[in-house]
Amino acid sequence: MNIAELQTKLLAAARANPPGDRVPYAFEKRVMALLAARAATDPLVLWIRGLWRAAVSCAVIALLLGAWAFLNPKASTNADDLSQNFENTLLASVDQNDQAQ
Amino acid sequence: MEQTEADLIAAVLRGNAASFEPLVQRYSPRVFATARRYARRESEVEDISQEVWLKAFEKLKSFRGEAPFEHWLMRLTVRTCYDFLRGHQRNRESPFSDLTEPENDWLERFVVQPETASENAAAAKLLVERILERLSPQARLVITLLEIEDRSVKEIAQLTGWSVPLVKVRAFRARAEMRRILAKMATDKYL
Repeated sequence: MNIAELQTKLLAAARANPPGDRVPYAFEKRVMALLAARAATDPLVLWIRGLWRAAVSCAVIALLLGAWAFLNPKASTNADDLSQNFENTLLASVDQNDQAQ
Repeated sequence: MEQTEADLIAAVLRGNAASFEPLVQRYSPRVFATARRYARRESEVEDISQEVWLKAFEKLKSFRGEAPFEHWLMRLTVRTCYDFLRGHQRNRESPFSDLTEPENDWLERFVVQPETASENAAAAKLLVERILERLSPQARLVITLLEIEDRSVKEIAQLTGWSVPLVKVRAFRARAEMRRILAKMATDKYL
């Protein structure tokens, strides 16, 4: 048996009989459904969605607190009192020295 | 108005996954035809084709648009088929004792009068499929692309990602491997 000739003949047979290009019915719909399912269950996608929701919530809270701080009038001059008290405390030792002299 | 390929791809990359469906519809025949060269069972062909499209969707960002989308897709298809061959290597050493009667008749005719053994015979097609299944994944890929699909060495290098010298070496080895398998078949049949 001439193996080289057999090889040539069989390869010619393969070339003469190309496979069909038939696509099963609704194949593209199945692919799209798989892609949609993958996006829904991908852990990274879930994580990103969670982060976005958290970011939106934080932004809303920050806005509300900002609005509340802006709209609420100042109740007292606590800040002024505090700064004055701090200064008095710091200078108390100097005042004592002066008085002693 | 029908969208161009570039429009569809741009839409998918912007987040409109539905625009991927027309691409799947347009190129699935080519993907299926290619997959059928490497898998016999229709369920495997479908699995390969599905895998190609899932990968195409994931990797679409890497498509630069320098060459037609079909070329990019065919590279992906060939590589997916090669992965399939490597993952589904069946027993390639079993004897050729289970040839069908038409296959045996065709071989007999070839031995007696080679010119009467037609390439168009269904038996010849079955025989060549049997031989291809016994090749190693590399050999089968190269023989299919080079000898059956009649692609150039440069095209095969682009499709597989192998260098041109590597394709030539693998082609040489693949032809030798196929001849060894044919010799074994002849031995099993006649001894």
